[in-house]
Amino acid sequence: MAEVVAVIASTHHPFYLRASTSTGADRPPFADEWVSKIETFRETLTKARPDVLVMVGSDHFHQLWLDNMPQFLVGKAPYFDANWYNEEREFGLPKMRLQGQEDLSAHILRHGLDADFDLAFSNELRIDHSITCPIITLRPEADLPIVPIYTNIFAPPLPQPKRFVQLGRTIRQLVESWPENLRVAIIGTGHLSLELGGPRQFGEHGPDPEFDRLAVEWIANGDIEKCLGEVTLESLHLPGNATHGFMDFMLMMGVAGEGVRADHVDSLDLFHTMEAYFTWYPNGAPA
Amino acid sequence: MSKYLLDKFLFTVDRDPALVERYREDPVATVDWWEREVANKLLNATVTEDSTWLEFSEKERTALREHDHVTLFQMGAHPFLTLTLFIAMFERDHGPLEYQKAYGAVMAHLTLPYPDITT
Repeated sequence: MAEVVAVIASTHHPFYLRASTSTGADRPPFADEWVSKIETFRETLTKARPDVLVMVGSDHFHQLWLDNMPQFLVGKAPYFDANWYNEEREFGLPKMRLQGQEDLSAHILRHGLDADFDLAFSNELRIDHSITCPIITLRPEADLPIVPIYTNIFAPPLPQPKRFVQLGRTIRQLVESWPENLRVAIIGTGHLSLELGGPRQFGEHGPDPEFDRLAVEWIANGDIEKCLGEVTLESLHLPGNATHGFMDFMLMMGVAGEGVRADHVDSLDLFHTMEAYFTWYPNGAPA
Repeated sequence: MSKYLLDKFLFTVDRDPALVERYREDPVATVDWWEREVANKLLNATVTEDSTWLEFSEKERTALREHDHVTLFQMGAHPFLTLTLFIAMFERDHGPLEYQKAYGAVMAHLTLPYPDITT
């Protein structure tokens, strides 16, 4: 049976690549600290020695559009091309190509459907920065096969927060029931408080530092019940108009499990948004 | 009112480098051309399978023609689409982050709850 060797939840900041590779006057003052935190975070995945990565993210109106919008979608293809023209334009993200793990995709689809998740699928999916950012930060070699899973945190009507948690729990069970002796890391990215295209964007901090503080606490302690008690589709409008991306963190809390404390917790207060990084080792920390 | 069609405009222009430039340089003609030629195109069809019913209201047409991102926000256009496209068009005329900050500052009078973006 497959083993879940690491569960990782992270923000996906599209400017990391540019900030970390810039030099001289172009290098932002926070770049060195950011790079150092990312390298430490990366080590938590490297140490787990994964063979396969399940990657949870959200399409930002790249391939998925309002004429045909799935709520939860699993990519099943031998390869996934990655990053789009407007991401290259705005963030300087390079075109990439990742190998797929079709057998695990098929397993998640079949058994996810049987577990009452009516998952959509795609056999030709060009993934975007919600999945390539954690590749760049956590596995820049981009050498492991992936199963991308997209959630709709972007185009309302959205699924309820509890469905994200339930899907996380189900993904964990599905990976653990995959009859291959392979080491799987489940990685998902979302946001803390975030405002895009509204009056609170690009401030000195994220739009709601108090929400960010609480959110980091919920995630770090695996406090799913408390989080579900406080977070609704309505309430997520308050910390910032793009904060529904926090539901992907809730999904990852579902993967990690109720009351399970993260083995690695870190954050970085940047302008516009707070970065946050979490790693759980379900079978104990690797040596 | 069609939030969907506003979003479709922003989405189709943002992903086409030539259209981004056209909309920046000549918004009135670009919006008129787009409504005539693209508004009813089913994006997933490779031959002509046009829809028959999509058009802007006069207010929507005006907001797009005037590059008026504040009114687009108030109409419930998807703020991510508007922001991404407007950064592509206008960031180049400003210093680092200057445009993004100004974009938010002119909306400072807007308070919660923001307009519903559900389509």
